[in-house]
Amino acid sequence: MNIIIVGCGKVGGTIAQQLASENHDIVIVDNDSERLHQVGDMLDVMCVHGNGGSATVLEEAGAKTCDLLIAVTLSDELNLLTCLIAKKLGAANTIARVRNPIYSDGISLIKDDLGLSMIINPELAAASEISRTLRFPSAIKVETFAKSRVEVINFRITPGNILCGVKIENLKSTIKSDIFICAIQRGNDVFIPNGSTELMPNDVISFLASPASAHEFFKKIGASSHKIRDMIIIGGGRLTYYLTKMLLQVGIRVKIIEENLKRCEELSELLPDAMIIHGDGTDNELLHEEGIEEADAVATLTGLDEQNVIMSLYAAQNSPNAKIFTKIKHFDFDDMLKSMDIGSVIYPKYITADHIIKYVRVMQNSIGSNVETLHHIIDDKVEVLEFRIREQSDMLSVPIEQLKIRSGVLIACINRGGKGFIPGGKDTIEMGDTVIIVTTNKGLYDIENILSLKPAHADSV
Amino acid sequence: MNYKLLLKINGKLLMLEAAFMLLPVITALIYRESSGLSFLPVIALLLIIGIPLSRLNPRRTEMYAREGLAIVATSWILMSLAGALPFYISREIPVFIDAFFETASGFTTTGASILDDVETLSHSMLFWRSFTHWVGGMGVLVFILAIAPLAGSYTVNLMRAESPGPQVEKVTPKIGSTAKLLYLIYAFLTLLQFVLMCAGGMPVFDSLLTAFGTAGTGGFGVKNSSIADYSTYIQSVITVFMLLYGVNFSIYYMILLKKIKPVFKNEELRFYLGIVAVAIILITANVANRFETLYEAFHHSAFQVAAIISTTGFTTVNFNDWPSFSKSILVLLMLFGASAGSTGGGMKISRILIMLKFIGIEAVRLIHPRKVNTISIDGHKVEYEMLKNIFLYFLCYAGLLALSVLIISLDGYSFTTNVTATISALSNIGPYVDAINDAWNFSSFSLISKLVLTIDMIFGRLEILPVLILFVPDTWRRK
Repeated sequence: MNIIIVGCGKVGGTIAQQLASENHDIVIVDNDSERLHQVGDMLDVMCVHGNGGSATVLEEAGAKTCDLLIAVTLSDELNLLTCLIAKKLGAANTIARVRNPIYSDGISLIKDDLGLSMIINPELAAASEISRTLRFPSAIKVETFAKSRVEVINFRITPGNILCGVKIENLKSTIKSDIFICAIQRGNDVFIPNGSTELMPNDVISFLASPASAHEFFKKIGASSHKIRDMIIIGGGRLTYYLTKMLLQVGIRVKIIEENLKRCEELSELLPDAMIIHGDGTDNELLHEEGIEEADAVATLTGLDEQNVIMSLYAAQNSPNAKIFTKIKHFDFDDMLKSMDIGSVIYPKYITADHIIKYVRVMQNSIGSNVETLHHIIDDKVEVLEFRIREQSDMLSVPIEQLKIRSGVLIACINRGGKGFIPGGKDTIEMGDTVIIVTTNKGLYDIENILSLKPAHADSV
Repeated sequence: MNYKLLLKINGKLLMLEAAFMLLPVITALIYRESSGLSFLPVIALLLIIGIPLSRLNPRRTEMYAREGLAIVATSWILMSLAGALPFYISREIPVFIDAFFETASGFTTTGASILDDVETLSHSMLFWRSFTHWVGGMGVLVFILAIAPLAGSYTVNLMRAESPGPQVEKVTPKIGSTAKLLYLIYAFLTLLQFVLMCAGGMPVFDSLLTAFGTAGTGGFGVKNSSIADYSTYIQSVITVFMLLYGVNFSIYYMILLKKIKPVFKNEELRFYLGIVAVAIILITANVANRFETLYEAFHHSAFQVAAIISTTGFTTVNFNDWPSFSKSILVLLMLFGASAGSTGGGMKISRILIMLKFIGIEAVRLIHPRKVNTISIDGHKVEYEMLKNIFLYFLCYAGLLALSVLIISLDGYSFTTNVTATISALSNIGPYVDAINDAWNFSSFSLISKLVLTIDMIFGRLEILPVLILFVPDTWRRK
């Protein structure tokens, strides 16, 4: 696809890198020629120097014929304006980044008028990721499918857990919960397990379950599934605002520690139910005074990465049972951070890039296909796709055990009439279902591609 | 320096050259010549060295500026050395330095020759000689980029080092498709010229080789008289195509996209055509009394102007007999060269244009020292970095010219001969003024001079800076 990215800061650069590696034709537009050339030299993309709000610049970048324009400059207003102009010029789809909470409620009113396909708010997206993960404190990451009726959860098996040494086929009888393990990461290896695969300590498993069964599963394996009641958030930025709003709705008590008095006052006005503490989060006396040992969860969300890392390390030391979140804005040292005890790491730039890339993939897949959503779990090696069955096909109403399914493909879940279930050999796929497929084969674009008879990309080879 | 990466890409290049050498072998089969046999050991040698090298797996594949420049410079030298072997093995050019000169002259699209009698060469050798023009014109690493995308980031540095002009313009987002597109346009123009010349009654073999020579803006002819013996129609076709190959290829892409307006507004194109028109008018007026009709004078001036500004270097008449004024104009055109992003050599019109604009702005600033101004081309600001590189290039060009003239002057020829022969090599043109024999013949120079001129040709084709870094010790240090 032809994609224009306006603004090549952190997020723009990350998106450009990802999309260029997926073989799209990328044009980047930025005002800062030095930064532009830096990115342009590194990636196989075309650079256009200029302000994205200018129709001439957008035309030069090819907005008339592009499939997608992504506006991720620092300014919300410029992003919206860029998208509006691009749409008028003829861009098929536009995505704008809008971060200011003041615009967030009004934007849905004008989304259609501006012709926007998607609005991305990095802080809001990061906040929902945190709040999703909070429901299962032992999980590393939680993604939702089928309008939140099904979840894919990544979970690390700690040594000594009852799951260690259990074979997948015996899983149901051992723990009696309705979950479906769709991928396992062991060391640097990622694979789709079969019945005889044995679970080992330190495996990261991705499993699919309804929210209720997931809850039950965590309870049975004895993972700390106690409900989060108290949370301390250090730093009072936009992310904190969105997160607190979500947490208060589900009845979690939130304490926000913020250095800037003026910001504290603003927050207390915006969030009357939260407790706002004016003070320095790096002051350990203050942290103890506010009860960091008793908190069920701690999130360090200040604007300084190094401060966040240090405070998270301190929190982990002082309250070993708490779920910890660390926001990382700039650092690129992912491997090092992984080895540190700082809980779930939240990268707003990756979350934004991830959302946009997911959109692009679905968009690409939906050209002549029926993919509803698509997630990459565990290092992009395994795809989880959701298909909607709209057309009559030979494979419908045939028991799954009689279908010739390719290797590396699993039918993980079928949703029918608002209910999701994990199919057995006797179950069938029917018209109107949505089907969730787990696969290591990339580029599936239709449900029929899972059959060994009809290879994907047969037309493109 | 990432040696493994350097060797890997040079390995690929040798394999590619081996593949190219199959074409003269086929030519030899068609004409039943034994000279085709001398290509076979070279092909074997290139494959024996090339295949293992291309299998190397460098740990890091990033093509930083240092790697990009060094790969391009080493590969051009290597390619010319390997390409010289068939001439040497077949004894058709018995001295290796001569063969090296001839091949480098081919790949760099200079068209200067050390052969006194071109017509004695076998068909397969003639084919190889002209084919090197076609490959060298658009660039052999660009060819690699077009057929097999390289892994790793920063690959644009390769294209930047090989493509002529102060900056590389991608016409499409992906470097691979840009390279493919450039080669497609290039191949189409070559084919078109070939067909038009065949239609004019030129023998097929001559047409093909002349088309190669024109496309790369090289200038190797099939005959001792270059183009003089062909009909006026064929000469006119060549004139038009020489001018076409001197134009930035992104212009043709814009025409393909039906974006006609920016084509007419393109400053470099206008300046290029302007120079061509003025030069033709002045030379026609200057030489009018030497020809029977005014049209004939115009025809030959136009041919010569096109041949020199596009840096092709074909000749229809011996312009050494022309008046000094006409020769001076031609020497000036030799320095200018063709447009950036074309297959031609020289300093490039866009560099000249930017330098002229700089002089204009600085002249005004002498009177208004506080005047703030920016230099722009086609509405885009010329960044300081680019301006700096243009001046660096200009200084290196002047320095190299002076140094080469100094060494060549040992041969004892006239100052004009030495200077224009060096400019001819540095700008990849071929013919020079005040020549000893024919305009493009370098056979009477000593071996040392030939070697210096060979190096000048490679410097000139790669626009000096990539080859220059080979002499910086830091290039070769491990990181």
